[in-house]
Amino acid sequence: MAGGAGLIRRLALSAAGGLLAAALLAPYAVMLLTALKPEAELRVSPPRLLPIEWRPQNFWTVLRDPEFQSWLTVSLVVALVSTVLVLVAAVPAAYHTARHRFPGRAAFLFLVLVTQMFAPTALVVGLYREFFELGLINTYTALIAVNAAFNLAFAIWILRAFFASIPREIEEAAAVDGCGTAGTLFRIILPVAAPGIVTAAIFAFIAAWNEYIVALTLMTDTSMRPLTVGITSYVTAYVQHWDLLFAASTIAIVPVVILFALIEPYLVGGLTAGSVK
Amino acid sequence: MVIYPAVELVRASLGRYSITGLHQGAVGLRNYARLVGQEALPAVAGNTVVWVAAVVALTIALSLGLAQLLNESFPGRRLVRWALIVPWAASLIMTSKLFVWLYDYYFGLLNRVTAAAGLAPLDWLGDDRTVMGAMIAVGVFVSLPFTTYVLLAGLQTIPGEVYEAARVDGAAGWRSYRLITLPLLRPALLVAAVLNLIYVFNSFPIVWTLNDRNPGFAHDTMITFMYKIAFKSALRDVGLAAALGVVNVLLILVAVIAYLRVARWREEPV
Repeated sequence: MAGGAGLIRRLALSAAGGLLAAALLAPYAVMLLTALKPEAELRVSPPRLLPIEWRPQNFWTVLRDPEFQSWLTVSLVVALVSTVLVLVAAVPAAYHTARHRFPGRAAFLFLVLVTQMFAPTALVVGLYREFFELGLINTYTALIAVNAAFNLAFAIWILRAFFASIPREIEEAAAVDGCGTAGTLFRIILPVAAPGIVTAAIFAFIAAWNEYIVALTLMTDTSMRPLTVGITSYVTAYVQHWDLLFAASTIAIVPVVILFALIEPYLVGGLTAGSVK
Repeated sequence: MVIYPAVELVRASLGRYSITGLHQGAVGLRNYARLVGQEALPAVAGNTVVWVAAVVALTIALSLGLAQLLNESFPGRRLVRWALIVPWAASLIMTSKLFVWLYDYYFGLLNRVTAAAGLAPLDWLGDDRTVMGAMIAVGVFVSLPFTTYVLLAGLQTIPGEVYEAARVDGAAGWRSYRLITLPLLRPALLVAAVLNLIYVFNSFPIVWTLNDRNPGFAHDTMITFMYKIAFKSALRDVGLAAALGVVNVLLILVAVIAYLRVARWREEPV
């Protein structure tokens, strides 16, 4: 596809991509601009997009708040550890169910899915009792365990779909070349399934990062709350710092985008191209 | 982790609770009988069907296009991929609150945009005709990133040779897409649809936040209805809410089985 046609096509794709990005980011641009306004400016009529007085100090106020710092720590620890746990458990489970027939396989997969069907809202009362009995209220362990358990099923299903779509011939070729089961898994399957694993990792991280109702229930100590729960204390019946709430919400998006930027290259395929001859 | 609270839920659905939450003994299946007698139930069930069907169908349709776009290589693709993660990375509650602001009759920017187009301002979240559409728009908006990434990752695992072979055999463009891409994308598509179905059904913050100031249950889904029964309405009935919670799980179960039947989910031959 040499010459002008290819160039025009690429430019058209870029333009479409730009429009898409603008549409996706527009609401959050409003959020960012609102975070840069002084509190008093939030309710002017007619509404303004840009602040009259720019107030970037809102971001400093939030970042220097020791409570905000402890919420951020809790969120990072819980999301990272539970994501690692989910992947460690889900990769072998998904690989096994994708590659081996065993009695009750469909039942196992379906049972895994059923655990997802309970709305967390309906389970929090039981969860609170469970962790209260175990003496784990206000601990990292409790929140990490719940998040890992909630996200495990999604991860298994996502990963299974990818393992299943990898041509069996690749593994057979690896076996012929002298790779053992573990060698095949680590050196062949995991690299080829990288896009799926990245998707599952993003999913588990974001789900844990944004989990609200369980954290609200299990973490009664203010300093042990994750960001989602913590930042709501900027707007209560007594204090209403909408500007700070929007600033904190904007900051809360940043770690996820950074993580994503770090692992996004693995979403790029081409790994399977040329693997089967 | 999931089983113990689930057992608690079933147990609660069989009990009777005072408005302060004290367990007052078992009542068997009477909570379920009372649930069927709730006046709001048909409307709420109808809302739930519209909400889930519309959000899942629109999300999948749009995501197929977006995944295809992001699978092409073009300058700036990385930035577009980063942008796509943002609606997912932002907390659902904050996104919902943000949209309440945007939809606001007096202070919202949406009415400024429609005014510029010469339209009369609308009370998006207060008007019976627009509130469901407004909620569905937000639902699709936040479901797009996840679905698109699952489909994109699916597209990435399709070997390039398959397309070459198709081209040699004379299939290109739409034909190649329909005959090659869609069938090979099926595992990813199936996962995306099933997980979305569950996710959207159980979605609480959007409906809760956007529907906040409307009285009664006219625009509730089963999930917010359950929460209102337990904590907000005059009913204050944990037993009744738990019964609804159990019914919800059964409904999703039926919906997923029905979907898998229609999509002819079968184990790939091993």
